[in-house]
Amino acid sequence: MEHIVIIGNGISGVSAARHIRKNSDKQITIVSAETKYFFSRTALMYIYMGHMKFEHTQPYENWFWDKNNINLKEGYVSSINTDKKILNFKDSSTLSFDKLIIATGSKPNKFGWPGQDLDGVMGMYHKQDLEKLEKFAPNNEVCKRAVIVGGGLIGIELAEMLRSRKIPVTFLVREDSFWNGVLPAQESEMINKHIKEHHIDLRLSTNLKEIKSDENGNVKSIIIDETGEEIFCNVVGLTAGVTPNIDFLKDSGIQTKRGVLVNRFLETNIKDIYSIGDCAEQHEAIGQRRNIEAVWYTGRMMGEVLAQTICGNKMEYKPGHWFNSAKFLDIEYQTYGWVFSERNKQENETYFQWQHPKQNICITISYDKNTNKFLGINTFGIRMRHEIFDKWLTENKSIEHVLEYLKDANFDPEFYNLYEKDIVAKFNQENNTNIQVKKKSWKRIFSKA
Amino acid sequence: MKTIKYTGLIVFLIGLTIFTASVFTGNFSFTEQELDSFIQEKGYKSEIIKEELSKAIVTEENLNIFQFSERVRNAVETNNKHYNDLIAKYNKEKNWDKKGAQYQYRIDGKPHTISFQIAKKAGSGFIKENAGLMWFLTFGLGIFGALMFMLPNLILLGKPGIKNDGVYHDSSTNRGWIAWLVLVYLVTFYLVLYFMADYVVNWTFILDPISKALNGGEASQWFVYGFLYCTIMVTMAVRMYIKYRHNKYQIIRTTSVLFFQIVFAFLIPEIMTSLNMPGYDFKNAFPLDYDFFFEWNLKSLSESGSIGLFILVWGIVLTLVIVPVMVYFFGKRWYCSWVCGCGGLAETLGDPYRQHSDKSLNAWKLERWIIHSVLIFSLVMTLVTLYCYFSGAQSFLGIKTNWIKDTYSFLIGAWFAGVIGTGFYPIFGNRVWCRFGCPLAAYLGMVQRFKSRFRITTNGAQCISCGNCSTYCEQGIDVRAYAQKGENIVRSSCVGCGICSAVCPRGVLKLENGPEDGRINPTEILLGNDVDLMNLINKK
Repeated sequence: MEHIVIIGNGISGVSAARHIRKNSDKQITIVSAETKYFFSRTALMYIYMGHMKFEHTQPYENWFWDKNNINLKEGYVSSINTDKKILNFKDSSTLSFDKLIIATGSKPNKFGWPGQDLDGVMGMYHKQDLEKLEKFAPNNEVCKRAVIVGGGLIGIELAEMLRSRKIPVTFLVREDSFWNGVLPAQESEMINKHIKEHHIDLRLSTNLKEIKSDENGNVKSIIIDETGEEIFCNVVGLTAGVTPNIDFLKDSGIQTKRGVLVNRFLETNIKDIYSIGDCAEQHEAIGQRRNIEAVWYTGRMMGEVLAQTICGNKMEYKPGHWFNSAKFLDIEYQTYGWVFSERNKQENETYFQWQHPKQNICITISYDKNTNKFLGINTFGIRMRHEIFDKWLTENKSIEHVLEYLKDANFDPEFYNLYEKDIVAKFNQENNTNIQVKKKSWKRIFSKA
Repeated sequence: MKTIKYTGLIVFLIGLTIFTASVFTGNFSFTEQELDSFIQEKGYKSEIIKEELSKAIVTEENLNIFQFSERVRNAVETNNKHYNDLIAKYNKEKNWDKKGAQYQYRIDGKPHTISFQIAKKAGSGFIKENAGLMWFLTFGLGIFGALMFMLPNLILLGKPGIKNDGVYHDSSTNRGWIAWLVLVYLVTFYLVLYFMADYVVNWTFILDPISKALNGGEASQWFVYGFLYCTIMVTMAVRMYIKYRHNKYQIIRTTSVLFFQIVFAFLIPEIMTSLNMPGYDFKNAFPLDYDFFFEWNLKSLSESGSIGLFILVWGIVLTLVIVPVMVYFFGKRWYCSWVCGCGGLAETLGDPYRQHSDKSLNAWKLERWIIHSVLIFSLVMTLVTLYCYFSGAQSFLGIKTNWIKDTYSFLIGAWFAGVIGTGFYPIFGNRVWCRFGCPLAAYLGMVQRFKSRFRITTNGAQCISCGNCSTYCEQGIDVRAYAQKGENIVRSSCVGCGICSAVCPRGVLKLENGPEDGRINPTEILLGNDVDLMNLINKK
């Protein structure tokens, strides 16, 4: 029987394993150095905050793997012999495979800052990072202050985590406004304000120079590059993005760049070796997506698609329309299609924006200013229906259509205040149009594209 | 703020302590005259009980309720033993006339109930004389302290939004020693209330004035329970309003359960009683209202003229028509988390414990076995009861009507719904009864699963499998298992509390009523992956 070995038990590897099992009775082994059982990385923050226990982050009960005949091996792969098809482990054990899936995910970026390996410096990615944080920042007595370096999604989550234990947080962000490489200014500004409302000491346009050590090799303080200011702290969180976790492939002959290079079928340059998830890098970008996409659902989709290929139904990885979501402290964010920040948008792209006068609710719709084609939407504090926007993007609908039928797309809980009328009124006023908001229709919502 | 909060906690605990300690106060005794009039009122024919009670409780001694209760129960036992011996003796002698003549002298009823009835009249002391003051020292301090404890959260919890910080760090909400203490207190409370009500007769004295104002009579232990129930729900609803103040669904739903509890379950029945009508909770549907078809209820309804007839018809229509039709349109949530009293307590007092429901597959299996067994049990009991009511027989299908009614009342009505259902909140979560035991929930669940417009919609492929939804599902549904596959959640046990949708950080879940078509949506491959689905399915 063919032996499929998957390195990495994150969402990509586990999705691949589950779908291979659904479609075949091949022998499957998942290798992990992090934890025996699959857990949801995105939920690590909730453990520290006390919303959940670790067991709650495991989507499958422990008997699931045995029942589905998926072997779990704990171990750290140190090298791969691609000729003999053998994995060598750190503990000098070995494992042979017929087909190999590399799904090792990412690791936090470190940019060579002095002191970046001191005790008390950590990312927030692995379960071990959580354990470290629990050790160095159990409360605000032990951790008098934490400094977070890097203003992305993980950075703001780490800040939220630390604030849940009333630990003072200084948040260093390279950009002059939070995440404004991705978000339009209106939204970035709103998040800046919201961060400060949560008593986080947000420092924009600020870079880290070095991390200083005390006599025991623990973090003592950090120095800010621009001003030379020293900030005393016990924990430094490095959250300046992630990079593929593929150091162990160095001499394997598997072609890599930043990640493991794969074609549209997720095949590497070596036969029977594949790569999926955060560590896979497309030779050429798919649509406007990045070559490496460290997003939960792309990992899952790659796993699903590769499972088809491995089970004899060769299938290309074709992610559909871009979408994503996040939560910035109390503000939920969803996006469908492409909304680029002012910095990154093309000449033909323009915004329609609406913001609630008091609450943290706003939207940005990006559209083509020549053809009025709808390109994408960002919503903050409003939930939207994925299916509807996916359909509208596929059908190349115009912004007028989107606004007219906006009620169909709303996904907020029942009884919430809805703002379609205000939103459309603003658009009508700005563009001299007369769009009338249509009532929500179940028939339209359920009609398939 | 924190000072206010913890002062509030102390005030609350003082109120609770006085409330608990009040049980141990007071004197209980009769004069001969009082005893005579009591015996006359009850129509006891036995001389022995009179003699025994006179020895026991006509006294200058200061008896507390426990001593008093023991003496009364002994007196009843002595009396019954005497006549039972006689019955046995005449039985042996085959002296049927004399044997038959002895039964009227036995005192029927539970000894603690008789003790309660006497104690109600025999009690004296500070509490009875100062009911108003005692109300302020118990209920008053309790409410005031609890509000002081909770209101600062408006500021302490920070901006509106989901605030579950520290739920699993706190001893009270993480099955720590506080949780176990609460469990012991609640279980003791229910045991005493159901089986030894005479011990807490002092509590009824505190509420006598309110009871008299409402229904003209003195407070029973059930009045105390009803009043306490409403008080706790109102107070804990304030906590809900603060915690979920960003979420209109939760605010409206909480208001709805409060309204139905206070007006329908408490005020209307009390007022009806004061008007000499049978007190009836118009929202309490059979088979949750398991004694609706008991002989005594049918008798009381049939003797109450047109209102009795109306209640009888209403009760039947409620169960057979209103309940399933409403479930078709709105899901069983309209009852379980918008109207029901058990649900109301679970959603207010029980909300801090919602995360303790067991999400394992085994728990789900157990749930289906137990809840459907209870449903069958209740239906068989009702069938037997009705058959016996109309035919005048004592048993049906070999089941004695009295036996099955007593067994159900004891096992399901008292132990399952009360002692376990509420007493175990802090350890097993707030919906143990609703999930594993309630026969009405089983019935509603079948309708919801097979014929309803309600579902929890999963939003395409936005789920990140974090598990907040499953963790905070009070019914133990593994919501994530569906959400991460892009499937809608259509489960018979879902009570539609809406918390999964509230705690989801990515806006994945929405409770809604829509067309039945597409309600259940098994997904081969999630949205986002542009594979040719027809191709995929054809190849299979």
